[in-house]
Amino acid sequence: MSIVIAPADPAAEPQPGRSLWKDAWFRLKKNRLAMFGLWTMLLLIGLSILTPWIAPYGYETQDLALGAAPPSLSHWLGTDTLGRDLLTRLLYGGRVSLLVGFAATAVSLVVGVLWGTIAGYVGGVVDALMMRIVDMLYALPFMIFVILLMVVFGQSFVLLFLAIGLVEWLTMARIVRGQVQSLSRQEFISAAVVMGLSDSQIIKRHVVPNVLGPVMVYITLTIPAVMLFEAFLSFLGLGVQPPQSSWGVLIANGVETMEEYPWLLIFPGIALSVTLFALNFLGDGLRDALDPKSVEQNRIE
Amino acid sequence: MSKLALYRLIQGIPVLLVVVTVTFFLIRAAPGGPFDAERTLPPEVVKNLEQRYNLDAPVAEQFFDYLGNLLRGDFGPSFRYPNRSVNELIASGLPITFELALYAILVAVIIGLAVGMLASIKPNSLQDYLPMSLAMIGICMPAFLLGPVLVLVFGIWLEWLPVSGWGYSPGDKILPAVTLGFAYAAYIARLTRGGMLEVLNQDFIRTARAKGLSTRRILFKHALRGGLSPVVAFLGPAIAGLLTGSFVVETIFQIPGLGRFYVQAAFNRDYTMIMGTTILLSCLIVLLNILSDLIAAWMNPRIRGAR
Repeated sequence: MSIVIAPADPAAEPQPGRSLWKDAWFRLKKNRLAMFGLWTMLLLIGLSILTPWIAPYGYETQDLALGAAPPSLSHWLGTDTLGRDLLTRLLYGGRVSLLVGFAATAVSLVVGVLWGTIAGYVGGVVDALMMRIVDMLYALPFMIFVILLMVVFGQSFVLLFLAIGLVEWLTMARIVRGQVQSLSRQEFISAAVVMGLSDSQIIKRHVVPNVLGPVMVYITLTIPAVMLFEAFLSFLGLGVQPPQSSWGVLIANGVETMEEYPWLLIFPGIALSVTLFALNFLGDGLRDALDPKSVEQNRIE
Repeated sequence: MSKLALYRLIQGIPVLLVVVTVTFFLIRAAPGGPFDAERTLPPEVVKNLEQRYNLDAPVAEQFFDYLGNLLRGDFGPSFRYPNRSVNELIASGLPITFELALYAILVAVIIGLAVGMLASIKPNSLQDYLPMSLAMIGICMPAFLLGPVLVLVFGIWLEWLPVSGWGYSPGDKILPAVTLGFAYAAYIARLTRGGMLEVLNQDFIRTARAKGLSTRRILFKHALRGGLSPVVAFLGPAIAGLLTGSFVVETIFQIPGLGRFYVQAAFNRDYTMIMGTTILLSCLIVLLNILSDLIAAWMNPRIRGAR
C-alpha cells in the first residue's frame, strides 16, 4: 500500500485551500488497490439493491429434474441439489451478508461514537469510569458471548446484527474518545471557547469533522469483520436461518456436497473472499489517505 | 515484574466474575427449561430432575451454589447426557483442543517467521511480494473456507491426506493444524517482516555489518530479537483466537475436542455444558492475555514502566 510522496516540486505540492477531504480523495485515487476495493464495494451494493430485478431466476424456483448441474449458459454458476440457480442464491445471500455487515456496523457506530464522545468530552471521573468499563469488556471473549446470546434468545436476524454490533463498539469508543480528548487540548478549540462558542457549536463545527476521518476508516474495517463473523456463525448453523440465506450458509451447504458438486462451495467462497479482500484494501487505503502521517509507518508494516 | 504480574492477575478477577455472572443469568433467562422439549413429564419426575439440577432453589441461592461449586472445580451434571458431568466432557475434549492449538501455533510460528524473514531480507522484490500476497490471501480467507478447500484438494482430489478424524490414521492431524494455523502464519509473517525491517534500518545493525559479521549472524542474533516483539504481543490474543477457531476446525474435521462440544451444546441447548465451557474458555482467554502482556513486558523493558 505504498503511496508515492510527491517530490519537493512546488507545482505538485497540495495547493493551499484544498480541504482535508479533497486531499484525501486525491491520495485515495492514486492507490490502485484501494480503488479496486471501492469499485468492488459499489458494485456489490448496486447488485444487492437491484437483486430482485436482475436475478435470472426466482429465489425459491426449483428444477428437480435438472438437479445439481455444473455451470452452463442457462445457469452461469450452476445449480444446487434442488436445481436452484446458484447465481440467484448468491445474489440474495449477498444481500443478507451485506445487510448484516452494514446494520451491525451502524449499531457499533452509534453506541461507540456516543460512548467515546461523552467520555472524551466530559472527562474526569466519568471518563475514567466509562473507559474502565470498556477495558473490562475488552477482556471478555466476545465471540463466545455472541454465540451464547444467539442460543439464549433464538436465532433471529435482528438479534444477530444487534449482538455483533454490541460487540464491535468497544474499539470505536476508544478511537473516538482518544480523538476527542486530544482535540479538546488543541489550541483552536481553546480559541473557540474563548470566542464564546457554545458546546454544541464547538462539537458540530470543530470536533465532529476532525473525528470523522478515523471513524470512517474504522467503519470500513468493521464491515468486513462483521461479515466474516456472520459467515462464521452461519457456517456453524448458529447465524442466519433458512429460508433466509447468506454466503456463510451457502458455504456450509456447499461443504456438504463438495465432493460431487464442488462449484457449490467454490463460488460462494470466492464471493466472500473477494468481498473481504476488497473491503480490507479499501480500509487500508482510506487510512493512508486520511492520515498521511501513518503512511511511513504502514510502509514498514 | 512480579508486581506487574500480581496487578494484572488481580485485574483479571472482576472480569472473570462478570463472565460467570452474565453467563449464569443469561442462561437462566433463556426461554424454556432443559427438559420440556420432548414430552410432558409427570410432576414428581420434574421435581426430581429439578432437585438434581438444583433448579428448585431461589435463583440467588442457585447462583451462589454454582459459584461455590465452580471454586471447587465442579461444573455440575450435563443436561443432555444425564450420566456424564460437564467435567468429564471437558476433560475428554480439552486435551484434544490443546493439542490441536499447539500444532496450529507451531505451523503459524514456523511458517510465519520463515516467510516474514525471507521477505524482509529483500524488501520490495519478488521474494517480498509473492509471499506477502499469499499472506494477504491467508488473512482474508476464513478457516471455514480454507478447511473445506484443503480437504477437497489434498483429501479428495489428490488423496494425500485423510479428510477427517483425529489420531485414527497417520497424517490426519496435518490438515486441521494447517487450517487453524494458516491465518496466524499470515499475520505473523506480516508482523515479522515489519518488525525486522524496522530493526534492520537501525544503526546497531549497520555497526554489526561494518564489524564484518555474517548476514546470518546479524539476522538471527541481532535483528530477530527486536523484530520478534510485535509477534510476541500478537501471540496471546492469537491463542485466544485459536481456541474459538477450534469451533470451526473441529466441526469440519469431526475432531472430538472442546470446540465441537461447545457447538453441539449450543445446538442441543445443553445449558450446563454451555455454561461450563463458556466459563472455562473465558478463564483461559483472560489468563492467556495476561500471560502475553507479561511476556511482552519481560521482552521489552520500556513497557514495564507504563501502568
